[in-house]
Formats: sequence, C-alpha cells, structure tokens
Amino acid sequence: MSAILDTPVIDQSAPPLEAKREATIVVAGNPNAGKTSLFNSLTGLRQKVANYPGVTVESKMGQWTLSPELPPARLIDLPGLYSLAATSLDEEIARDILLGRGPTSMSADTIVVVVDATNLVRNLYLATQLIETKQPIVIALTMFDLAERSNLKIDVQKLSDALGVPVVPVVAKQRRGLEDLAKAVTSIIDRGRANSVVLLADGNNDHERQSTLIKRYALIERIVSDAVESTNEGKHSVSERIDRVVTHKIFGPLVLIVVMLLVFQAIFSWASLPMSLIDNVFSALSDAVRAHLPAGIFTDLLTDGIIAGVGGVLAFLPQILLLFLFISILEDSGYMARAAFLMDRLMRAVGLHGKAFVPLLSSFACAVPGIMATRTIENPKDRIATIMIAPFMSCSARLPVYTLMIAAFFSGRKVLGVISLGAVIILAMYILGIAVAIAVAWILKHTILNAPPPPFVMELPPYRIPDFGNVGHALLSRCSIFLKRAGTVILAISILLWALMAFPRAGSVPSGQDGDRAAQIENSLAGRAGRLIEPAIKPLGFDWKIGIGLIASFAARETIISTLSIVYNVGESPDNKSSLVDALRNAKRTDGSPLWTPLVGVSLMIFFLLACQCMSTVAIVRRETNSWRWPIFMVGYMLVLAYVASFITYQGGHLLGFS
Amino acid sequence: MTLDTIPRDVNARVASVEMNGAHGLRLMEMGLVPGAPVRVVKAAPLGDPIQVCVRNYHLALRRVEAQSIEVTLGE
Repeated sequence: MSAILDTPVIDQSAPPLEAKREATIVVAGNPNAGKTSLFNSLTGLRQKVANYPGVTVESKMGQWTLSPELPPARLIDLPGLYSLAATSLDEEIARDILLGRGPTSMSADTIVVVVDATNLVRNLYLATQLIETKQPIVIALTMFDLAERSNLKIDVQKLSDALGVPVVPVVAKQRRGLEDLAKAVTSIIDRGRANSVVLLADGNNDHERQSTLIKRYALIERIVSDAVESTNEGKHSVSERIDRVVTHKIFGPLVLIVVMLLVFQAIFSWASLPMSLIDNVFSALSDAVRAHLPAGIFTDLLTDGIIAGVGGVLAFLPQILLLFLFISILEDSGYMARAAFLMDRLMRAVGLHGKAFVPLLSSFACAVPGIMATRTIENPKDRIATIMIAPFMSCSARLPVYTLMIAAFFSGRKVLGVISLGAVIILAMYILGIAVAIAVAWILKHTILNAPPPPFVMELPPYRIPDFGNVGHALLSRCSIFLKRAGTVILAISILLWALMAFPRAGSVPSGQDGDRAAQIENSLAGRAGRLIEPAIKPLGFDWKIGIGLIASFAARETIISTLSIVYNVGESPDNKSSLVDALRNAKRTDGSPLWTPLVGVSLMIFFLLACQCMSTVAIVRRETNSWRWPIFMVGYMLVLAYVASFITYQGGHLLGFS
Repeated sequence: MTLDTIPRDVNARVASVEMNGAHGLRLMEMGLVPGAPVRVVKAAPLGDPIQVCVRNYHLALRRVEAQSIEVTLGE
C-alpha cells in the first residue's frame, strides 16, 4: 500500500541512465535533522569538501562501503532543505540535484532521506515530496534514541508500509542501524534505478500550492498518527526550560555577551601562542635557508617570497581553528539559532537578518571565514549587504598595526589613572568599525540593495550536546577550505609583492645586509609607486615610506610591519619590534620635524580599519558572489571611505591643535 | 485574531494563512497549516521576533510574519 498524494505529473523525460562503476547516493533532509552526523558516521574521514559547479554552495562527498563485495559508493551530503519549493541558493542546489536537474555526475542512484524521529510530521513533508518523484528512496530515521527516550513509540514497519519506501531507524553517533541502512540501500540499487525522473507539480498558483500543501500535511498526520504512539503530549521540553534562561529578557543578552567574550578571548589570546610559534618556526627556517644558500635572487624568492608567504598563510590557522571550534560547538548545540533570535531585532534596524550576526561576529577574527559563513542567509541582497560590511569588523590582522602604533606613541599612558590609553584606542577602533558598518549597511539597504524584509522563519532546534566527531570534521574542512581558497591567494600575492619589492635590482650589491635591503626597496617598483602616490597620501599625514607599506599591505594588513622594518632598515624579524618603534619615533621629515606623530598613528589606524587591504577578502568575495563586480565595488568604496576618514582625522586633528 | 497578538502559553489553532508569495508558502511548509495546533512560547528580549511551538518543534518568526496567520484560541 502506498498512500501518496496523487499529484499531476509535468515531466517524464529523463536523461538515459549511463553505466557507472560506483553507485551515487545522495543524503537529503531538513536542516538540523542529523544529516551531517549520519554522513560523517557513514564515511568517516573519507570525505572531501568541494563546490557545486558554477556556484558557491559547498558539497561534501565521501565514500561509503555498502558491503565488502561492492566498490564503495559515492555519498553526497546535500545542503539541508525544508521543501522542494526552494527559498535559498542552498535549497535550490539541493532541489536541482534531487530532481535530476543538477550536474549529471551528481544524479543519484538512491536518495537517503534523513528524517528526524522526534520531529516526524514536519520532516515527512520533504520526504513525501521526494517519494512522489518516484525515485529510489530509503528513509533514515535519525535521533531514534531521543524519540524512544521521550516516549515516542514509532512502528517503523507501519511507517514504511504507509510511505511505500524502506525506513531504517539509526543512531548515527552510536553507529546503530548503519548496517541495516546499507542493506536497504543495496537492495534498492540491485532492483535497478527507475528510468524516469518524475517532476511533480506542487501547483501553478498560490491557490493550488496551498491546497496541495494542506492535503499533504493531512496525509502525513494520518500516517504518523497510525504509526506513532505518543505519551508525551503537552509537556514542556527540556529545551524550552533551557530557553527560559538563554533567551530570557535579561539573562539572554548576558549569556550572549559571555559567549562572545569567550570567543574573543580564544581568538585574541589563546591563538597568539601557536601563532607566534608558527611565526618563529618560519623565520628560523628562513634564516637557515639564507645561511645555507648563496645570497641572490633565488634565495630571496625562497625566503622573502615563498617561506614568508607560507608562514603568513599558516599563521592564520590557529585563529580559524579556534573560531570554527566555537562556531561548530555553538551550531551543534543549537545556541547559534538562539543568538540569531536574540539579535534579529537589532540587526533588522540596519536592514539585516538575525543570521547576519554570526558571520559578522566571525569577521572580528577574520573576514574570510566570516564571509564564508554568510551562506546561511537566504535572501541574496541581505547576504551581499552582510558581505559588504563584514570587512569593517576589526579583524585580527589589524591588531599588529594597532599595537605597533600604540607601542610607538601611546604606551604607558593612562586614562583616568587606571585604564591604559592603548586599550581605549583599540576599543574605539572596534566601535568605529561597527558604526561605519551600520551606516554602510543602512545606506546599501536603502539604495542598491533595496528589498522588502526577507522572511525570518527560522527553526530553533532542540539543545543537544555537541557531537565532537562532527565538530572535528567541521574544523578539518574549514582548514582545508582556508588553505586552498585563501591560502593560495595569499601565497600568490605575497610572491607578487615580493617581486614588486625585489625588481628592478638595485645594482649588483649582494643583498642580505639591512642597508642593502632598504636601498633595494626604495629603488623597487613598490618604492617608486610609494613615491608616486605620496602627493595623494600627504594630506593624511603619510610619506612615501608609509606609501610603500600601504601598497605592500594590500596582501594582508600586517605586512606593513615587515615592510616598514625593511624601509626603516631595522631588520624584519618580529623580535625587532622595539627597534622598529624607535625607528618610527626617530624618523624625520625633510624639514626636520618628526614624521610619525600620534596623529599620524591614529590616521594610519583609521585608514587600516576602513580600507579593504586584504587580497584574501577580495578573493573570497569574488568566490561568494560569483562576480568581480562586488569585490571591485567593495575595494573602491572602502578605499574612498578610508581616505576621507583619515583625511578628516589628520586635517581636523591639526586644526584642533593635535600633532 | 492573529498569531502575533495572542498571549503566550495559550493553546491555539491556525485558522488560515495569508498567501503572499513564497513567504506564506514557507510558513505553511513549516507546518503552520490550517488546523495545526500552535502556541506562542515567548518574544525575544527586544519584543520581536517571537518563538512559537508548532508540531512539537520550535520556530522563530517576526511579528509581521505572524500577522499573516489567523488563529483561533482553544484546543
């Protein structure tokens, strides 16, 4: 018996079944239904993250050994979706693949539909839609242990009979039911794949859609009430009791602040130890190479270009790891949705979605993962607006610039006798970044990204203890994504910038001595460019040496420190920071007045806060928006903002009598 | 009355959902179809969005969205 809705069929044509050695199985299901957990349990570490062709949605692929005799099947983890009527890019991708409209390499031999046993009715909505496409389907009933514990008695056989597809209860974490699932899938594959992909019409207008929808829910309710016995009606869940504190009017925001502080502490303090370790290892490596190879262009390329570039890439890893450790734990536990719930009203004041909070928060560590995290925002205009303002969140790469300026000009000074002036200035930079972001978001949402507010409708999943296997998988994939996507760009640009500073060669003097290095950089393409832009940056208080730093720091903001070290002839190892501070304090303009003043320091900090001096951000925006339009727009408007703000700071500061 | 106006922790049922494009469709797909029992759990600290319990799970939606859902009080 199959009690599936009789819906009109609109398309029966399908591409012919091509011969394949390995079976392709896709895992589909609602968000929060335990899809990723199941995928991880089935594939273990044999998985990789890739992008769907032509778009920016991520796909996870892995190998699943169905039985020892068969070659392992290819398992594809689709983005979560609630319905075949997609409302976001993620859902569209998943739907297209499920309906056979995606790339042929991803057309499925079997669909494993993940259904949350504790939330059967809503999960079965998608499942029945899929069953009606008449494709080979196996339902994996996840969270079966939780359902049992909350006194839901599910008659699996009855459910399977009513739906007309195999239903296998699983508990992914304990690996329960995985073999049964493999058997069910194998026997479906053996039966052969249906030759036609049937697209069903959920109705052509709102009225038809609505009546199909109501019929579908009525059908599901009938199936579920037949197959499930519940003795748990009307009781308030544990999650609801936790929410009494976590989303409480007063305690809720407090909990959010504590969580944020913890994340910040991790990114800024805990990450610094492994970061400086990586830094030291790479400068030691660089020194070793210099000591053993003859001085010359090749050695320079190896040490200043490649080794420095790789070190610069890897130095980001501790922060990214820690950030995503927290993000995955918060997401897995169900807290992330609560954060969006708490923040939505505030975010909406500037026209953004509550979900924009997490990407923006992440951008305080690094805009690259932050921008990657905007994928959960369904409305494309909202998503672009969020991406456009993410780089204003003062990321950790700005910190070295801030701390250098503070060490040079504001160290030891106190505000009100106790608070260090440096801390106040850094805090002011963060607040300024947020303020500018709010203003820009508001302007964008009222001009080029004007759109009615998108639907907010967001599930608040039950709280769960995070599965550390899942968290580990998420960390691994984030790191590999960063290394592949941002890392390669950072490396390429650092080699390019090395070339800008290494050519043309300054005479035949063997390099290696600090004095030679300064002469080299002054004569190089970058040095000439620095002189070229000097008239433009003079009103900001900058000279051509800072100009070289600005050009070099386009690769990554912290590069300005090593560049200034070379320009000021103090060597570029991080231990020499104090000598760089001295060099800055002693630097003079041609008229003998000090070049670097506190006002120049503040002007430079503001420029670094507001300008998009980060090729990695540009590259990730290019990827995420699939066009060069947005990254170019971003670099342009941020540069204008930074210039204007630094101009006002320096000139205004002068007028007010600061120096 | 509409879902945004009913008191919290009171059992109600969905009477109708205003279909304004994908928006209303999504609300119904999430289980808020006519006849479904629904309960407002709470509002966020700033008064909006609200948290509702429908079909044994929790959903956050903004007040403007809740406005498009007519409900009747009682079991």
